[in-house]
Amino acid sequence: MILVPNWLKRLAYTTFVLWGISLVIFILFALSPGDPAEIILSIQSQSPGREQIEALRHSLALDRHWTVQYLSWMGRICTGDFGTSWQTGRPVFQEVALCLGSTLELALTAFLMVVVLSGAGGIVSAVFRNRFADHMITVLTVVSSAMPPFWLGIILIWTVSLKLRLLPVSGQGSLAHVILPAFSLALGLGLLQGSMLRSALIRTMEADFIGFARTRGLGPMKIFFRHILPHALVPMISLWGICLGQLLGGAMIVESVFARPGLGRLTVQAVMARDIPMVQALVLLICLAFVAVNTLTDSIHRLLDPQMRQNL
Amino acid sequence: MFCLFIGGVAILAPWLAPQDPLAVDLTSRLVAPCMKFPLGSDQLGRCILSRVIWGLRLSLGGAVASSVLAVAAGAVLGIGAALAKGWIEIIFRAVIDMGLAMPGLILAIVFAGLAGGTMQGLILGLAAANWPWWARLIRGLALSAVQKEFVLAGRVAGLKPSRIVFAYILPQFKNPVFAGASLKTGRMILAFAGLSYLGLGPPPPAPELGRMLQEAGIYMVQAPWLAFAPGLSITLVVAALSFVGKTFQREVHDV
Repeated sequence: MILVPNWLKRLAYTTFVLWGISLVIFILFALSPGDPAEIILSIQSQSPGREQIEALRHSLALDRHWTVQYLSWMGRICTGDFGTSWQTGRPVFQEVALCLGSTLELALTAFLMVVVLSGAGGIVSAVFRNRFADHMITVLTVVSSAMPPFWLGIILIWTVSLKLRLLPVSGQGSLAHVILPAFSLALGLGLLQGSMLRSALIRTMEADFIGFARTRGLGPMKIFFRHILPHALVPMISLWGICLGQLLGGAMIVESVFARPGLGRLTVQAVMARDIPMVQALVLLICLAFVAVNTLTDSIHRLLDPQMRQNL
Repeated sequence: MFCLFIGGVAILAPWLAPQDPLAVDLTSRLVAPCMKFPLGSDQLGRCILSRVIWGLRLSLGGAVASSVLAVAAGAVLGIGAALAKGWIEIIFRAVIDMGLAMPGLILAIVFAGLAGGTMQGLILGLAAANWPWWARLIRGLALSAVQKEFVLAGRVAGLKPSRIVFAYILPQFKNPVFAGASLKTGRMILAFAGLSYLGLGPPPPAPELGRMLQEAGIYMVQAPWLAFAPGLSITLVVAALSFVGKTFQREVHDV
């Protein structure tokens, strides 16, 4: 029997999953109520006539069997053509690219904040375990992770922007514009991940090899940064990877609090207007990004943790 | 305790609310908290306290309904994936992995948006976003449950597969599923509010907490108290649910 390398198996499986997603997305829209031809024409003009609808149905190949529609859609997507938006008539790809930057900026800034917050929170509460600082962080974690991020956003706008006049209320452009939305997105998630790091750190502190390092006479600082921290950070990598996906979703809501023109607004508008090529492209691209990030963090995890390499 | 209190408030909303949450009173718009409106009134002169009480009922009802749907779907697929063999198992697993590969919130937005901003659409959307998580959890639970000796004994005794599932396997899930449910229902409430904030929830004038916050954002300068009560009540409910979830989790680990 030929031994297939693991990465090839994973690649094949991932491709299979992505293909399934594309099929699900397509069927979802095929089943959704409303005739696309009627929708397009009613966006463009007041009341479309019978012949007009029929003509458009024919030119969009909507009168063909759905398998034909699916195959031609897939074919176009594989060549990078996502169709044109029914709302604006411009290529979907162009519209998405316009908004992508804003959402990515927000999600990545929030991601950095999550890493910093979870690192700082986890280390402080593990080092000062069951002392005042630890209890304070625990309370803060419970409260902030139960808060809707958009509510935190509203509170931050009111205190920081309106009362203290420190940062701009809304819009985008500079670094100052991204701080508040990113922080309201990152606080709850970051502290929640911090509590995971805390338990990972504490578990490591009690491991045998740390006791051995201590009997070797190493200083506490050296033990912590050389032996404990790297060991506890490894499982965090997968968590951070998952969290990037959550941040993308969360960013779509927080964006609207701060009136940032991003993917969130684009998606909601497109869904409400039943701009199906746009929604299909958005969902597919976001799933693709999500799968890519997860695969990437998995491979990094595998690289750093020899125990993970054994089983698929 | 606090959860029981919230549940009570949600169930008893029609009797507890001091005023009709939909009653418009244009003479008292954006009133600051006072005797008549304990938490102030909104841009149409509606009582915030009554709206929050009714809003809790909507949020909790919606979150519980979509949790039940998600658990049911997840249980069918998860147990199916754990019990099936060969090709069928691979298909079940691939379906679950596809679900997991889609970021839940986006799926919920699409579902709720296609349904055109209704309560049912939102519930369905949240359920669609969450069943893969349940399917994975329950598949893991079922895989370990199937290997227990008394399940084997049941098989040897020649019981029907349906009887093994209902009488031997499902009861083992009680604690972990309750723990997951209380944590996930909290997250559902947050997502529910978030999607209504975007305008994908029950249409106005329904007293929905997320939509109330969205309206509060507009009147932030004149009436900052509008944002206070809806946000705080969501936070308290979710925090309470996470405490319940942690308690269940501890029981799971002790056993």
